[in-house]
This record gives sequence, C-alpha cells and structure tokens, in this order.
Amino acid sequence: MAHAHESHTKRIWNVFWILSLITIVEVALGILKPDILHLTNFLGTSPLNWIFIILTLAKAYGITWAFMHMEGEKKWFRRSVVWTAVFLICYLVTLLLIEGGYLFETLAPLVRW
Amino acid sequence: MEANIAIPSDGKNTWDGGGVRPFGASYGKMMMWFFIVSDALTFSGFLAAYGLTRFKFIDSWPIADEVFTHIPFIHGEFPMYYVAFMTFVLIFSSVTMVLAVDAGHKMQKNKVAWYMFATIIGGLIFVGSQAWEWNTFIKGSYGAVKTTDGKILQFARDGKQIALSDFVVGNRMDSRVEHTRKNGLWWNSGETLPQYSVAQVTASYKADPTIQIRSEQINLDKKKKIILSREKGLAELTKGKMVVEGANLKVNEYGNTIFADFFFFITGFHGFHVFSGILINIIIFFNVILGTYEKRGHYEMVEKVGLYWHFVDLVWVFVFTFFYLV
Repeated sequence: MAHAHESHTKRIWNVFWILSLITIVEVALGILKPDILHLTNFLGTSPLNWIFIILTLAKAYGITWAFMHMEGEKKWFRRSVVWTAVFLICYLVTLLLIEGGYLFETLAPLVRW
Repeated sequence: MEANIAIPSDGKNTWDGGGVRPFGASYGKMMMWFFIVSDALTFSGFLAAYGLTRFKFIDSWPIADEVFTHIPFIHGEFPMYYVAFMTFVLIFSSVTMVLAVDAGHKMQKNKVAWYMFATIIGGLIFVGSQAWEWNTFIKGSYGAVKTTDGKILQFARDGKQIALSDFVVGNRMDSRVEHTRKNGLWWNSGETLPQYSVAQVTASYKADPTIQIRSEQINLDKKKKIILSREKGLAELTKGKMVVEGANLKVNEYGNTIFADFFFFITGFHGFHVFSGILINIIIFFNVILGTYEKRGHYEMVEKVGLYWHFVDLVWVFVFTFFYLV
C-alpha cells in the first residue's frame, strides 16, 4: 500500500465521533419513540424502524470502510467480500421474513386470546 | 498437476512472503476476511431466524425496552441506557484497536502495546456488562403467571407493570416447602420453588381491585400490550399453571419463551466471539511486548486480529438494532 506509513489518527477519531453521534441519535429515538414515526407505517414497517436500519447500515459502512480499512483494499478484493455477504444476507433475510409473515397469517387466527 | 493448468507456475512466489500477492493482500489477511464473511453469514442466520420468529408472533412479541430496563447499582427503569453504554464501550475499543494498527504501521512498539491493552480492557468491560445483563434477565424483575394454554400473564396497576411482590400477600396455601439437599433422602435437592403460589397470587388479585392483568397480546395500532378487564383477567388467571420468576430456556416472565432462547443464543454467541477476541488480543499483546513483530519487521498480525475485533463490533451494531431497537 502506498500510504502504509501515513498516520490516519485524525480520520479514525472523526469516524469515532460520527459513529457515536449515530448511536446517540438511535438511543434517543429508541427512548422517545415519537408517535408520528413509531405508530405510522411506511413500506411494511414503521418509519422509525427504517431510520434505525439505515443508521445501522451507515455505522456498518463506517466500521468496515474506515476501521477495517476496506477503502484501501483492491477493488475486486473488496467486492468479493462485500458483494458476496450483502447478496447472501439479503437473500436469506427476504426469504425468512416472508416465511415469518406467512406463519403469522396462518397461525394467528388459531390463537384464542 | 502441470497438465491441468494453462499457465504453469511453481507457486513458490505466491503467499510465501514473495512478490506475488493476489489482490495485493497477504494470505493471512485474505483468509481472515473470508472467515469474516462466513461468520457474518452465521450471525445473519441467527438474526434472520429471530426476524422470522418475531414476524410469526408479531402480535405478542415482548417489547424490548420494557425488558431491558436496568442499570447496575441504580434502581428504577432506564430503558436502553445500559445497552447504549455497552455499544459505546465496544466502539471505543474498536478505535483503540485501529490506533494500535496505525501505530504498528509506524513501528511504534510501545504505542501498539498500550493501545492493545486498552482494547483488552474495553473487551473485558463489555463481557462483564453482558454477564450482568444475563444475570438480570435470568433473575427477572416482575414475575408473572403462566397459564395452561402457555400464555404469560403480567400484572399492572394504573397501566404500569408491577412486580408480584408489590401486591401479593398472605401465605402460599399449598403448604409447599422448597426441598433442599440437607433434608432430602438421597441428598438430592428439588426444583426451585417460586416465592409465591398461583393460588396465593389469584387470592391477592381478587383482594385488590386496583390490580389489572397485562396480556402478552399487543395492540398493533398503539404498539402497547393489552391490559385486560378485571373479569377477563380473573378468567385468565384461573387457568394459571405456574408462577414464573425470571427467564430461562423453558419459561420466560417477559413473554414468549423463544424470545429468551434467542436472547441467550444470539448475545451468547456474540459474547463468545468477544471472549475469544480478548484471548487472541492478549496473545498478540504479549507478542508485541516480546518484540516478535519488531523482529519480523511489520505488525500485520495486529492488523489481522484487528479485523476480527472490528467484526465483533460490527455484529454488535446489528444485534443492538435488531434486538433492542427495532
């Protein structure tokens, strides 16, 4: 790597502050749970959940790219790791969540409350 | 072998420290990345299974911030603060880990050692917190009654959940005493008896009209647990089979047993990763102190163990979201 001996200290701390800020926002939203975000529905779940998921992916990006130094790896090495994982995880999650919804529709009418 | 490959190569200069490095990455680093991919798939398998089960019981799943509400040494309800603290500890230990890698690039042995040390401490605080969190979850905070049809009944006053000890009075009425080793015939101990009996809880419920029963069912419009009327509550309570205090793999005072199973399984598997990460970090820490990498001329080993450590942090980010937030 060309820049192997450069110091990245400043960037590391920047990423840390960004990750901390995101976590604080997540926790604050998780405690407050504003009704307008929590009790409404957007694309299958509440907007609050979408915010959590997007912020989580942002954090995951920060950790992988900056801390795990993915940004400095060769393009196809990065893709062999990231694309594989992202594709398989999306596939698995989609199938299992659809199945979970089906199970609910099938079984819930049989439960007497 | 030569007959099977188009361009003969003796392989001597691939990954043996020579010039050829596929993707410009060393063997160890590349394999660490591929291990991380497979481990990430294992974790997503768990979390996706959690998602499936949650969707299956979407109308009765425990609400996480009503379950994890405690902070060590402080009484009262503080949803999420402690898990948030744990998240910070892990992110911070990730930072000290990158700083160690960074110092390694500059061949600053002492700095690497100190940053590794800080990372290990961060890891220990995290596993310690995890242990405390498990202990609190296993002990439980309110207590509940499980019915013959497998539902969990919790108790509330003015819409707020209260503990059994807040309203249960009188004696057990079933004259059961916990069987201990010292009075047993074969020095066997019996099963742990809950503090109260179902009959006692039912009598106390009847005696105090301010007590309400909180069912597992969620009002999906308000995203709150449904509180039953006094009569409906009594009807449910008469089906009571056992008093549940805390959670384990078989019963769970917070609701669905499988919620507890997933909690133990996912956070346990993650905690095990943190634990092994700490052990590996300790080994590398001593190698740094002994000057192994100084002699080797590079600190790539610190970078590789760093990848694993960041991965553990990465997984926690997802566990935090999908177990505690969503």
